[in-house]
This record gives sequence, C-alpha cells and structure tokens, in this order.
Amino acid sequence: MKRHVLHPLWVAIGLVGLILLARVFMVPDDFGVHGPSFTYNYYRLSNVQEWKNFPVKYRGKESCAECHANKVRTNRRSPHKRIECENCHGPAGNHPDDLEFLPTNEDRSLCLRCHASLEYPNNARSDLPAIVDRHHKRRRACVDCHNPHDPREDAE
Amino acid sequence: MNQEVIVHGIEWTVKELFVYPNEYIYWSIQIVMYPYMTGLVAGAFVLSSLYHVFGQEQLKDIARFSLVFSLALLPVAALPLLLHLQQPTRAMEPLLTPHFTSAISAFGIVFTTYALIVLSEIWFVYREFFVNQLSVLEGARGFWNRLRLGVYKVLTLGARDVSEEALAVDHKAAKILAGIGIPVACFLHGYAGFIFGSVKANALWMSPLMPVIFIMSAVVSGIALCMLTYIVIMEWQAFRLRRTGSTVEAGRVKGAESEIISQAARYLLGFLVAAISLELLDLIFRGYTAMKSWDILRSVMYGKDFVNIFVLQYTLGNLVPFILLLLPGRTVRRTVLALLLVLFGVFMMRWNVVIGGQAFSLSFSGYMHYHMPVFPHSLETFKEGLFGALTVAATPFVLFWLINKFVPSLRRVPGET
Amino acid sequence: MSCSRRQFLKDAVGSGLVAALPASAFVFISSDEAKAALAETKVRWAFLVDTTKCTGCGFCVAACKNENEIPYDAPVTRTWVERYVVTKDGVTHADSPMGGRDGFTENVIQGQEIEPEDIDKAFFVPKLCNQCDNPACVQVCPVGATYQTPDGVVLIDREWCIGCGYCIMACPYGVRFFHPEKKVADKCNFCYHRISKGLQPACVQSCAFGARRIANLRDPDDPVTKIITTERVAVLKDEYGTKPNVFYIGLDENVR
Repeated sequence: MKRHVLHPLWVAIGLVGLILLARVFMVPDDFGVHGPSFTYNYYRLSNVQEWKNFPVKYRGKESCAECHANKVRTNRRSPHKRIECENCHGPAGNHPDDLEFLPTNEDRSLCLRCHASLEYPNNARSDLPAIVDRHHKRRRACVDCHNPHDPREDAE
Repeated sequence: MNQEVIVHGIEWTVKELFVYPNEYIYWSIQIVMYPYMTGLVAGAFVLSSLYHVFGQEQLKDIARFSLVFSLALLPVAALPLLLHLQQPTRAMEPLLTPHFTSAISAFGIVFTTYALIVLSEIWFVYREFFVNQLSVLEGARGFWNRLRLGVYKVLTLGARDVSEEALAVDHKAAKILAGIGIPVACFLHGYAGFIFGSVKANALWMSPLMPVIFIMSAVVSGIALCMLTYIVIMEWQAFRLRRTGSTVEAGRVKGAESEIISQAARYLLGFLVAAISLELLDLIFRGYTAMKSWDILRSVMYGKDFVNIFVLQYTLGNLVPFILLLLPGRTVRRTVLALLLVLFGVFMMRWNVVIGGQAFSLSFSGYMHYHMPVFPHSLETFKEGLFGALTVAATPFVLFWLINKFVPSLRRVPGET
Repeated sequence: MSCSRRQFLKDAVGSGLVAALPASAFVFISSDEAKAALAETKVRWAFLVDTTKCTGCGFCVAACKNENEIPYDAPVTRTWVERYVVTKDGVTHADSPMGGRDGFTENVIQGQEIEPEDIDKAFFVPKLCNQCDNPACVQVCPVGATYQTPDGVVLIDREWCIGCGYCIMACPYGVRFFHPEKKVADKCNFCYHRISKGLQPACVQSCAFGARRIANLRDPDDPVTKIITTERVAVLKDEYGTKPNVFYIGLDENVR
C-alpha cells in the first residue's frame, strides 16, 4: 500500500499538536469550568477577584458624617435627608487624601432633575415641589436662594 | 469628547424613535462580507466536488480551477472577522479556549479542518505535477526558478513516487477528500447560518431555517463565482488566441465552455430555487403567525427595506437571472449578466439578514439606519467601511494569482491533461 | 478488502483520534471544584425595581457611570431609565435621552411636546442587567470571556474578551455594549466590587426614593427577598427563557 497517502495526515496532526502546545503557553492555568455547567461556568477563575478589587468611588452619607457631622445632622432633619451627599458633591473616593475639595455641582440642571415640573398623573414625581424652568428665576443658580442641605432654609 | 472615546457603531448608526441606549449597529459590513466569503468558499468546493465525487465529466476543467480558487478564498473568509474584532490580537482564542456552546467557537475548528481538507485534496490532485516540476526545474537558473524548485520540494512532502499505482491512489484519495469535504463545506457555512438563526433575541434572525437558507445561497454564490471567473478567464484567453490569428483553437475553447456552463448552470438554478423557496417560506410563516415582533418586522421589510429585499434581492438577484439562464439561445454575455446578478442577489441576502436584523430596536418601537462609512477618516471607519469591504473582496483574486503561480489551475487549451 | 479501503479506514480512525484529542484537552470538569462552587451559593443576588417610586431624576445613571468608570459623555451606560407617556389617543411615547443620565426635565418626548391634559399615564422604568439564571449572552460567548459566578452575577473578563459582539447581539434586554476605551464588552454587574464588600450598588445608594434595591434570594430574612417572594412582582421579557433576576413592582403592559 502506498504510504505517501498519509503524509498530509502527518502535517495535519503536526498542526493540531502545535495548537495544543500553544494552549499550554497561552491559556492561563485557572481557565476551566468552575461551576455546575460548561455553558455558564467556563472562565478564568482569577477574574472574579480582579473584579472584587475594582476601586470603590462612592462612600455614602455615613462616611461623610465622620467629618462633616453638623452638615449631615442638618440634612438628616430635612426633606432632602434621603439624597446622598455625593449625588451633588460627586464621588468621595479617597477624599480628603487625594482630593481636598469635592467639585460640587451647583448648576440648575442638577436640581431640575427632580424639581422640573412635568405634571404626570399618578407619578411619584408629582409629589415633589416643582417649577417650570423658564418661568422661575432664569440665569440664577438655585443655591443662590435655596439651601440644598435643608431646602426649608434659605441659602447659606 | 476625546477622539479615542468613540462608541463602536455610533459613526454609522442613526437611531429613530425609541431605541435602547446601548443599541447600535454593531455587526456591520464586515459581518455581511464574512458569510458571503465563506459561502463562496463552500460553493466553490461543492462545484469542484461535483466532478471529483459524482464524475460529472463536463465539469472537469472548471473543477480544478474552482478547487484552487476555493483555497484562495479561504484565508479571505477569516479576514472580515479580523477587521471586525475589537481585539484582533486575541483572534486565536477560539482555537485555544473554544466555548462550544457558541456557534462562533466552531469557527476555529471547522475552518482549520476545512482548510486541511482543501489543502490535502489539492495536494493529491497536484502531487504528480509537483514531482514533475522537480525534474523540469532541476539545474534551472535564476532566483524565481530556484524559489519555485524549493517550494515544490517542500510541497511534495517527500512523496516522489509517480508510478501508475501511486497516481491511482492519489485519485482515490482526492475523491474521498472531495466527498468528506462536501459535508464539512456545508458545516462551514451552515454554522454561519446557525450563528444568526440561534439568536433568540433577534426577531428577524431567529429561525431554524436560517442554516439551510445560508447553505443553499452559499452554494449558489460559489457556483456563480466560479462560473463567472472561469468564463472571464477563458474568454480572455480565447480573445488573445484570436488576436494572434489562431482561430481554430479559439473555436475549440468556446465550444468546450458551453457544455460546462450549461451543466453548472443547471446546478446553480436548482440551489437558487431551493434558497428562494425557503426564504419565502420563512416570510410567509412570519406573516401568518404574526408574533409580537411582526408589526415592526413588517414595517421594516415592506417599508424601509422594501427595495433592498423585494427589488434588489428577490427580483434582480433571483428572478431575473433565473429567467436569463432558462431562456433559449443563451449567450455568454447573457450568462455573465445572470451570474453577476446572482452574486449581487446573494450579497443582498447577507445584507438584508445582517443589517436588516439590526434595522429595528429590541424595543420593537424604534429603528436604526445603517450609513456605511464610504471615505474612511479613522482606522475604524476604514475597517468597517466600504474600503475595508473592497479590500476583502479584492484579496481572493490577488491570492489566486499568487497561488496559481505554483499550482496552475487554468489550461491554455482544453483537452490537454 | 482492497488496499485503498483499508487505507481509508486507517485514515478515518487516525483523524478521529486526532479530533478527539483536542476536544478532550479543552474541557475539564473537576467534581471537587463543582461541589465547592455550589456550596458557595449561600448568596444569589437579585434586584427589585419599584417603578411607582421612580421620579426619573437619573442620579442612578450618573452614579453608575462614575462608580464604574464608563466615560461620562459616551452614549452607553450600564443602567438607564426609560420614560413612558401614554396619551389619551392610545399612543405610547417612550424615550431615554443619554439613558436618563441628566434626568427628564421637559415634556418633550421624541421631539414632540405633550400637553399634560393629553396624558393618561406616565412613568419611569429603570433597567439594568438582569443577571439571568440562563444568560443567553454567556451561552454565545465563543471563548469563555463572560460567565456566571456562583452567586449569580454575570461578569466579563476584560483580558480575554475578543470583542466579537456576539454577547451583545444575544442579550434580549440590550444591556450590553462595547466599552469605548477598553474595547471589550461591558455591562452592569450589580457593582460586584461593592456588594462583595457589603456595600450597596452605586445606583441603589444614589436613589433617594427607594426605587432600586438589591436582594439576596438565599437569605430568608432579607426584607427585599420577602417582597419578591410574597408580593406581586414581574420580570421583563420572560418569553425568552432567560429567567431574569431583576423584579419589578408596577411594571406596566406598555413597557418595552
């Protein structure tokens, strides 16, 4: 029988061997099935910890209270008590270590998110005091007159 | 906004009415090119196999050519994917960690298997030629001749026996590979259809018919391209022969052609009818069952995409070439026109599936309009624009020209062995 | 049996073995690992959205962008808020400008000004990744770059994603997108880095109205879990069989 017929097969096997060899070097060791199914649990295991290590930016009002206790106390007695400080002041991150002052957003557009009148029936929006933007003190910042920490008070 | 921070897809997508914020046309012209090119590969191979396996003698000339052309098309099939991937340097990963629940993971394995089959079959068909070239080029001078000698030495893979027995084994092996190759070619293209047909989230793509429709139209496009290229080349050669005054040979070239063309055209028409029947069946079913997505699909298919689907694809791309190929008194010119229209029709089918499937939002309440980038102003608008597509379209011809220098597949005068 | 047929069979068996080798080498399931993974499932994360409380302020979208480093001005977002206005003529108008990042401050929707007296109902619907039990996006990833953790969150491996976009096409909810800078797929992961430390996701924390809450379905004492299991809740697009884990109170039939 003519053996030369097998020569292309050897080339093919060689190629497959190369791919398997490449796999040893190029695929991370922890890549595999880490769970009940190949369909949903085939991955590189160390990626999970990588995501857990992703830096946290928003710290929350409790964290602000550690230094800014008075402001937080005022705020907690007001209708704005459930608004996070960082919604307007931006994420605290490592503040004050690498960011001494947080860039506070004092633009009208921030307040209008909740307080622009939309007149929607049966909507939680309608429970909020609202203005029509173009009719109410255009060109002024809301904080010029209103205290965002306690909106019942006048501006600070 | 920083120039680097461009949302992929935003430059060629225009949203209309209510579209989810993250929706863009992510799969654009290169994803249209990819099934088109793999379809040509599969079709060219099937045409070649019609001779090798089923002994259709009239197809002998075109079979050798389409086999080599299918090799030239093969790397080009991978090119649109490389141009599309957001991380092309990781393109080997489907071979390294294939997640077999994904249709796309089949790509690495099927593509490699199919490449090996085509290469092996070409090897068996041309082995005698390679070995003969060794003695023809021995002692020849000049860089090009020495290069060719070196290449042929490698290509023989050490099998230099050209006895009657050995050649008979070659023919047998080529026949077996051609036979195995047909289902693999079908799989190569069927899986591309499965990629779309299995996406339940897409109301237009989701259909069990999709893999079959893709295979049928792939074979159509492959046969059409091989016929077309073959006609062009043979007509060109006949034209050159006529210019030098060899009228007799020119006559023989034309004569041999028309039998080949008739036979190939018969197969082409068969697959064409199959493809269009399935597509119409799909459309009729959708309209009849009128699922939740039917309203938006109807407005896309009968509205903004009406010309693309019914005029360009169904009429110009299917009906007109069908008539042209069946009418008596078929001329070469009419055949060429029909083949060009068929190729255009199959392209439009890919376009209407890929782009059409992204023409409506997942909300079923909005549309996305595709504006293919024409003149590139960035790497992305080149890769995923007209010029990227043209690069992909032109490459097989360049590759074929190169491969043909070592593996000649065109004959000067038919009848020569 | 003739020579060539024998040869053919030898070739077929040889190539079969060759094909089996890579197939077996690629996949391994260690039963110990599988058991350990299942034991970890004392946590199964889920989410509760109360559309009756959402005012469309959009602070959640802004917070998410900042927390998860999604370029603020890029029109892609891990979570978004949709506005629906159903007018008396039976037309449902819907929009989500920049995903609701800047809130909704005008009564102009899809370029049309709507008079309040023409409105039958109007509401806001926050959306985010449903962290499905049967995530279609994970099923279609060709390389294993996206996956489901034992606690039910679907994550994306940024180092391994090839950027093919198949997962984005496969998600029926449209939550996935290409990260404009990282050039890989991205989506909401319930702020996995926060919930793993006992913090709330950024969107939950920033919501002043309590419209967004996270839950652990395996904890019978979790107050949010109690709502999900004892009150009437709905999910989006359950016809796709994905088994989503974001539950909605007040989900209207007009929601797309």
